Order: sequence, then C-alpha cells, then structure tokens
Amino acid sequence: MMYKQIERNKRHTVFIVAGFIVFVLAVGAAITYLMAGEIFTGMILALVLGGAYTAMMLMSSTNVVMRMNHAHEVKDGSEHRRLWDAVGNMAMVARIPRPRLFIIKDSSPNAFATGTSPEKGAVAVTTGLLDQLNHEEMEGVIAHEVAHIRNYDIRLSTIAVALVSVVAIISDLGIRMLFFSRGGNNNKHPIMLIFALVLVIIAPLVAMMIRMAISRKREYLADASAVELTRNPGGLAQALEKITGVSQPVSEASGASASIYFADPLKRKTAQLFSSHPPPKERIKRLYNM
Amino acid sequence: METGLGVGILIFFIVIIIGVAGLVITWFTSYNRLVKYRNWVEEAWAQIDVQLKRRYDLIPNLVETVKGYAQHEQETLTQVIEARNQMNNPDNSRNEQMAANNQLESAMGRLFALREAYPDLKANQNFQQLQEELTSTENKIAYSRQLYNSTVMEYNTKIQSIPTNFVAGVHNFIQQEMLETPEEQRENVKVDFNTGDRS
Repeated sequence: MMYKQIERNKRHTVFIVAGFIVFVLAVGAAITYLMAGEIFTGMILALVLGGAYTAMMLMSSTNVVMRMNHAHEVKDGSEHRRLWDAVGNMAMVARIPRPRLFIIKDSSPNAFATGTSPEKGAVAVTTGLLDQLNHEEMEGVIAHEVAHIRNYDIRLSTIAVALVSVVAIISDLGIRMLFFSRGGNNNKHPIMLIFALVLVIIAPLVAMMIRMAISRKREYLADASAVELTRNPGGLAQALEKITGVSQPVSEASGASASIYFADPLKRKTAQLFSSHPPPKERIKRLYNM
Repeated sequence: METGLGVGILIFFIVIIIGVAGLVITWFTSYNRLVKYRNWVEEAWAQIDVQLKRRYDLIPNLVETVKGYAQHEQETLTQVIEARNQMNNPDNSRNEQMAANNQLESAMGRLFALREAYPDLKANQNFQQLQEELTSTENKIAYSRQLYNSTVMEYNTKIQSIPTNFVAGVHNFIQQEMLETPEEQRENVKVDFNTGDRS
C-alpha cells in the first residue's frame, strides 16, 4: 500500500508538471495570436521568460528562506539532542547527507524543509513543535521533511511558483498590450479569438490552481515516504492531529513560504482548490490505511 | 546482384556488432550496480558496528555508576556485563551479533528500571547523561538496522532479477541475510489509534 501510494503520487506529479508547461506555452501563444495572429513568438517568449525566472528562483539560497522565517541554526547535538539525532537518523535511512537544522522561536507547532537538492537540504522546526510533540510524533514530522528533501519537492515547488509568476506576468502584459494595440483583425478566426482572450484572462487563476495541486500531491507523497523511513504511520498521524488541532498561526511565518510548511502555518480557511495542503483528515486517513 | 549481397552481409555484421555491444554494456552496468549495492550493504553494517562499539565502551562506566548506589542488584549488573562480553566474539555472524545485542538491550532495560527504586541514582547527573547517550545509540542502532535490511532487500532483489542474476552468478555476488528484528521492538511500533473515524 505504502509503495503503491508512492508510485501513484510520482505519476500524478509528472502529468501535472507536463500539463503546466503546456499551459504556460499556450498562454504565450494566445497573447501573440490576439495581437498579430501568429503563435510562435509567444511560445518562445513564454519559454525564455519561464526558464529565466525559474533559474533565478532556484538560485535563491537556504539562508534567505531561513531569515524570512526568523530561524537560527543549530550546529551540533549539544542543545537539542533528540531532534538532532532524529534528523541524522532519518537522513541516514533516506540515504541523503545530513540536512542543516534550524529552530524558529514560535509556540505554534510546525516545521518545513528547503534546499533545491539533497546536498543543500535544510530542515526548520518551531519551538512549539519541540514542546508539544512526543518523540515518536517528532520523528514522524522530521521524516516527512526529510522525504521532501529526498524527493526534490522543494525544487519542484520552486519551479511551480516561478511558472505561476511567469503566467501572471505574461497575462498582465498581454491584457495591457491588447488595450493599446490597434492591430488589424485579419487572418484570425473569431472562435479562436474568443478562446485566446478567455485563456489570457483566466490564466493566472488556473496557474495558481495547478501550483496548489502539485503542492498537495507532494504532501501526500512526503507522508507516504515518511512512513517508509520510520515504519510507523501512527507517529506521523498523531503529529498531524496535534498540529492541525492548533488554531494559532505561526506568527514568524512569511506568507511567501507558507506552502513549504508541514501543515498550513497561517491556518487559513480557503477553498480546497486553492489550498497548498490537503485536508488533514484525508492525510490522516491515508496514513491509517498503510 | 552482387552489390545487393554485399550490402546484406554488411547489414548482418552491423546487427551482430550492435547486439554484442548491447550485451557488453548491459553486463558492465549490471556489474557496477551490484557492486554499488554490495558496498551499500557493507556501509549500512559499518553504521551499526560503530554504534555497537560505542555502546560497548559506555557500559563499564554505567555499571560503575550504578554500583555506587545499588550494590544489592548484583544479578542485574552481572547480566549486563555478561551480555556485553558476548558482543565481543569475533567469529559471530551478523545475526548472532544482533542476537547478543538484543540480549544486552533487555538487560540494560532492567538496569535502567532500577532508577525507580533508587532515587539518588535517578538524580545522579552522570547516570542521566549515560542514559541519554545510551538511548540515543539504541535509537541509532534501530534505524541503522532498518537501513541495513532495506538495503539487503534491494541487493537480493537485484541478484534475483533478470538480467543481473546472470552477472551475479558469474561474478559470485551472494545474497545476504536480513537481520531479525526482536519481537518486543515490533510491539513498540504498534501505536494505539483511538480515533473514532476509521473508515
């Protein structure tokens, strides 16, 4: 069951990412179609812009993310022995180098991981998590974060965020240009025209939805991989129950990095289509089914 | 006519060459993969070994500390020392070593239980530190053992599956035994779920 869940999650991600790239290209094509009746310029524009933006985002370092969330680094096992050991053990079983470890002074229990590859991995936990979770639950959360690092989820979600931004930029540009362009409407099909127009207008919304779908899929995957590491679904499930039962948000969390947390740190009430995490009830149910 | 025949022979040879090259490449990659997994298995064992040695070194100190507070518990202390000495037999197989390790673990469990009967021992700074240390090594041993077993499983699967099994047969890659997990540890992993909704 565990391995099946892992396989299925990976398959879904591939589909979604492929769809995302096609979507970005389509938006680019729609823009130049509306303006000049041809699609290749827009596609190339979207490709170049998307590539450049993604590369730029992937360059941004662990230290920046940690500063944004007011985290300080723990360098050795002298102060938080059990946490330090848990991170080392999980990394060992996952066969990745030990990630750097950060602590955030905040009473709301939560955690996140960052680093675009396992060599640059880092895990951050709040003091609330250390205080409120027992050893087993804490290990479950750490395993979930280590799984994110091992599965290259951080790279994936960074790419998704970059593509969302690119779509927003292109669509915005396109709408402005349409306002000012007085191009002739020759060689354009009216139905295609309407289709292109609608696509450009709803693009940012759709991109956001795709990004969140990826994020949710990877949460399920990280849960399943975490169980592969700890062989103990109960610890993680209990941790989820405890963490999502707390209604107080993480005050140190920056909105920009909300989607990388173990559970939604801002405790928002949003529609399922736009939430970065799957409903905790469903996550817990799947854990008990392993 | 003749040129047609020549081309035919040429194509035939090219196909043969490509086939042989494909076989050779497959052989090389299979061999390298087997070596990688074998090294992983050894590395995982080394992880366990390091922790076992570490604990072996810590125990005399622990025994000395407990002796100072609980002389009447000679039996428990002796059991721990004996179990520790068992660990040091060089011709033990890996599974025998782990069996000795499990015995040592349960003897140590009894030793740590003594602190309830001796409040002074419980309050002793040195004892607390040793207990923390030993709990940490025990945890590491459990996870190293898990890594070892999953690595051995992958390695054995490779040895059994086509085409790697031919390579393994020729170059003498032998399947490894998994380490047995003691019963009580499996018990520990079972968590009591008391949620109403189990649909």
